[in-house]
Amino acid sequence: MANNLKLIKNPLSKENPIAVQVLGICSALAVTTQLKPAVVMALSVTVVVVLSNVIVSLLRNTIPSRIRIIVQLVIVSMMVILVDQFLKAFVYDVSKQLSVFVGLIITNCIVMGRLEAFALANKPLPSLLDGIGNGLGYAVILIIVGFVRELLGQGSLWGYKVIPECFFEAGYVNNGLMTMPAMALILVGVIIWIHRSRNKDLCEK
Amino acid sequence: MANKESNSYIFMYSTILVVVAAAVLAVAAVGLKPFQKKNQEIEKMQQLLTAAGIDNDAKTAENIYKECFKQELAVNKKGLQVSVYENGKLTKGDIRPFDIELAKELAKGDEAMLPVYICKHDGKTIYVVPVYGTGLYGPVWGNVAIAEDLNTVVGVLFDHSGETPGLGAEITNPKFREQFAGKQIFDNGEVKLAVVKGNKTDEKFQADAVTGATNTSNGVSNMLKNCLSNYIEYFKTLKTE
Repeated sequence: MANNLKLIKNPLSKENPIAVQVLGICSALAVTTQLKPAVVMALSVTVVVVLSNVIVSLLRNTIPSRIRIIVQLVIVSMMVILVDQFLKAFVYDVSKQLSVFVGLIITNCIVMGRLEAFALANKPLPSLLDGIGNGLGYAVILIIVGFVRELLGQGSLWGYKVIPECFFEAGYVNNGLMTMPAMALILVGVIIWIHRSRNKDLCEK
Repeated sequence: MANKESNSYIFMYSTILVVVAAAVLAVAAVGLKPFQKKNQEIEKMQQLLTAAGIDNDAKTAENIYKECFKQELAVNKKGLQVSVYENGKLTKGDIRPFDIELAKELAKGDEAMLPVYICKHDGKTIYVVPVYGTGLYGPVWGNVAIAEDLNTVVGVLFDHSGETPGLGAEITNPKFREQFAGKQIFDNGEVKLAVVKGNKTDEKFQADAVTGATNTSNGVSNMLKNCLSNYIEYFKTLKTE
């Protein structure tokens, strides 16, 4: 049980897919201009990584090792297309905003990475937890970055204005740079910096 | 199945896997189709409303649309009505003008059925016509809302599938769209409304192109010319009425 708990807890911090393993950066830069798409993207990736982890883990003893990457890819693509169809049906505006990035979850290194490194060698339950943990680890970073970028870049959160008008009248301006992908990279850098300064054992010698 | 690495096992395995995957996706696609279609219809209504300058959002669009757009027509290039949809009922022809795919119709040449959406709002009649053309990397399309005089632009809306963000994609920007309001379209039975680069020679008919997006701007200009000229005969019939 303690081991299972670790599977969820570790990816949130010490083995964070973005901050420590530096995977899935591309999408983290692209979809975090606002909080809402960031949350939807994080959920989508979590769903995809959890379901594909479980399926691959169930099939792990039957998959021929020579075509295992292709098998994983078929399973991941199937999940991604399903997620994409659901988004189009139920959150159309967000799916338009995320556009190609939902499809690109297929190439998100976190998903393939977890399948290769974990699901192929573990039972379904631990794989499920590992998927949840990594999905949440990705989500945490996306939400922090999305929160900061929307707040400072557009003065709103989840589409609602949160910075009062009087601030703008007093000369406050939104930081346009925050809406640029480059700023997301800098924010991720700052997160990694803070994270490592609190976890010295992560620093390279 | 004794040997997991044998060729026959691999063939069998991959075949079953893709068939199962295809079946799952087919079921999902068919099951979710009605919801997705609904979303697309609402988006289309929003685009028509926005072109006509009526405030709306995804939740209210359907009701506002029903309120304002009581009449949808399809006309041919000779100006004759081939399909009429009024107050929720199809009274002439066999396809609702709203469901016509303009891109396919334009390819038919003289046989084309061209939708016209008639909007009554604040006591005014606004004619909204869809337009479709080619940008730099893919199709561009939109709606042009025309005032009662059948010549003045009330508003426009453009969309695209793959123009460059920050350049060609700026045709969706309100700043680009808003300059069309008040422009004139026809002069001497020809479409004079155009998007031009640099020096405008006639403020009444011309809008400024997007900087750095010459091809997309030309695409929009050609789209306006080609699509709006199809309606010349229809508007003539309206004027003589």
